[in-house]
Amino acid sequence: MRMSKIVRTGACILYPLIIVFGLYVVVHGHLTPGGGFQGGAVIATAAALVLVAFSHADIAGMVRKIVFSAQESLGLLLFIGAGILGLLAGAPFFANILANSGLLFGLAVPPGSNPGDLNTAGVIPIMNIAVGVEVWGGLAIILMYLFSATGGEGA
Amino acid sequence: MIPPFVIENSPALMVIVPFVAAFIAPFSGRVAPALRALVVGGAMAITSAITLLLASDVYAHGTRLYVFGAQAATLAVPPDSGGIPVRIMFTVDPMSALMLVITAISAFAVVLYSLTSERHHSGLGSYYTLFLLMVTGILGMVSTGDIFNFFVFLEILSIASAGLIAFRIDGGVAVEAAIKYFVLSTIGALAILFAIGIYYGEYNALNMALIAQRMQFTLLDQLALVLIIAALAMKCGAVPMHFWTPDAYSMAPSSITALLVVASQASLYGLFRTVFSLYNIALNAACVGWLIIILGVLSMVVGVTMAIPQKNVKRLMAYHAISQTGYMLLGVGVGLAVLGNQPLLDAFGYMAMEGGIFHIINHAMYKGLLFLTAGAIFFRIGTYDLNKMGGLGHSMKWTMIFFIIGALAIAGIPPFNGFASKLMIYESVFAFNPVLSVIAMVVSILTLASFVKVFHSIFMGPVLPEYKDVREVPRPMLAGMGILALVVILFGIFPSLVVETLVAPAAHALADQGMYIAAVIGGGV
Repeated sequence: MRMSKIVRTGACILYPLIIVFGLYVVVHGHLTPGGGFQGGAVIATAAALVLVAFSHADIAGMVRKIVFSAQESLGLLLFIGAGILGLLAGAPFFANILANSGLLFGLAVPPGSNPGDLNTAGVIPIMNIAVGVEVWGGLAIILMYLFSATGGEGA
Repeated sequence: MIPPFVIENSPALMVIVPFVAAFIAPFSGRVAPALRALVVGGAMAITSAITLLLASDVYAHGTRLYVFGAQAATLAVPPDSGGIPVRIMFTVDPMSALMLVITAISAFAVVLYSLTSERHHSGLGSYYTLFLLMVTGILGMVSTGDIFNFFVFLEILSIASAGLIAFRIDGGVAVEAAIKYFVLSTIGALAILFAIGIYYGEYNALNMALIAQRMQFTLLDQLALVLIIAALAMKCGAVPMHFWTPDAYSMAPSSITALLVVASQASLYGLFRTVFSLYNIALNAACVGWLIIILGVLSMVVGVTMAIPQKNVKRLMAYHAISQTGYMLLGVGVGLAVLGNQPLLDAFGYMAMEGGIFHIINHAMYKGLLFLTAGAIFFRIGTYDLNKMGGLGHSMKWTMIFFIIGALAIAGIPPFNGFASKLMIYESVFAFNPVLSVIAMVVSILTLASFVKVFHSIFMGPVLPEYKDVREVPRPMLAGMGILALVVILFGIFPSLVVETLVAPAAHALADQGMYIAAVIGGGV
């Protein structure tokens, strides 16, 4: 089921660009439209692209499904961990204790209209990243299973 | 003795612990299956302990709020929000606490049982992930105070359940049952989402207490009520929408079926919560009350009559589960029908509601027990077909005793718990409408007849040659059944104690909408 060389080369060129764009959507989730789920879905389209351009057997030879499933679980654990941070600081679950703290993503949001600062919003970007990682892994593994049915017949 | 941190954060911890364990379980299973058993069993034990702790705290000190992401867990209404509770919160009142008790006991017994019964199956990593997610879904559904959050937990529960129903593929039959369940659940969930959209558009609120306070019972609210009743009555298996229940209950592994019973009760809780806490006397109580009574009577009669001819022991029990759900709908429906009429409510309304609610907890215990015994029989002889069974009483003595306890409890024979709650329902419903009470008693007799037949065909008779090597199931499975059997007996011997401490506060909390609203809106300002 391998497609022509032109398609495969094109896919290889687009692959990193799609991933970078997806990561951008994930990381800027608290500033621009989109967020963890949307960015993760964009990244998963990169996986879909190479799966279409190459064959399932090619991709399965490079990455094992267990990697994606581990990524999925780790993403969810990171999300819960971000929620537990609040508990550890003596606040309720999911409390945003990193916001305005000066630590990671901890700058205060400047008042008035401004271009937006990545280093703000506390645990929200961490949760976006967690969801992005999880959706990436989850959708990729679904695609791998769907494409595994296409192996065998054809070229 | 117990650190105050745990008590303060118990509503969050009871969801966090199974959720984290759900995603650690697949990793630990790669290291060693024994480690996974330890993680899953330990997490479930901790979850049950926290849940019971929270429930006892609620019974002692009244409704507990837990506001996620706030500065303080009890700060329902932030000072700068203009008096509107904007955050997601858990509102655990005595009715929720009762459901928490049910979930804690059943889920712990089930986990103890399934660690042994499923030991030899493949795919256990995802089995326990989905199992723990199911527990999370149930716990979240019964404690949330935010109606959109209710939908989210309902979806977590539905997706996890669908995966587990299909766990034993069984030549595709289990997958078919799971797809049926999943499609119906999705339709139901969409109906609920539509209703939530109506509330949000109308009242600008997702918090149940705030919606309740602003409730005007317009035409749109009536539409939303119909959608929610239809969807949740379907999820709990009430009769015109019961057709997924026999398939799903019979094809799921037995330990999962026992938990699916609890999941159905959680949907029933959602139905009661909507009708009582969201609408209360705003709706035409007699009309909706009768609607629920009719659903209940239909479920009782159709369920039991469909159960009698079944050959598959789990399908038979599933139809009995439908029939028993009817009792709960009947009891609480009678309470609803006289809501707003204080003399009648005092005369028999509260008692009917208490009977219905008491039956929820009793049913979860004895029906869970019966499904676990069916699973124990399948574990040893590999079939659910009643025609192929016989003479197992010689070798599986403990299973037989547990089956007798469950069967007598479901038929409403003293001194087991089913008798206590059914008697309350008969007495109070008789004061409301004698015909309904007579129907309920006839259904009980048919239930007894059906279980006598089942008991005879499974356990009585000479030892069959093909089953002469059958042994009793391993001890952990017996322990899981034993916990439920013990609860069945204790609740049957001390019913008044249970009703006074657990059930009556729940029924009053359900009927008293003002208290529910005040706990949230009046709490933080």
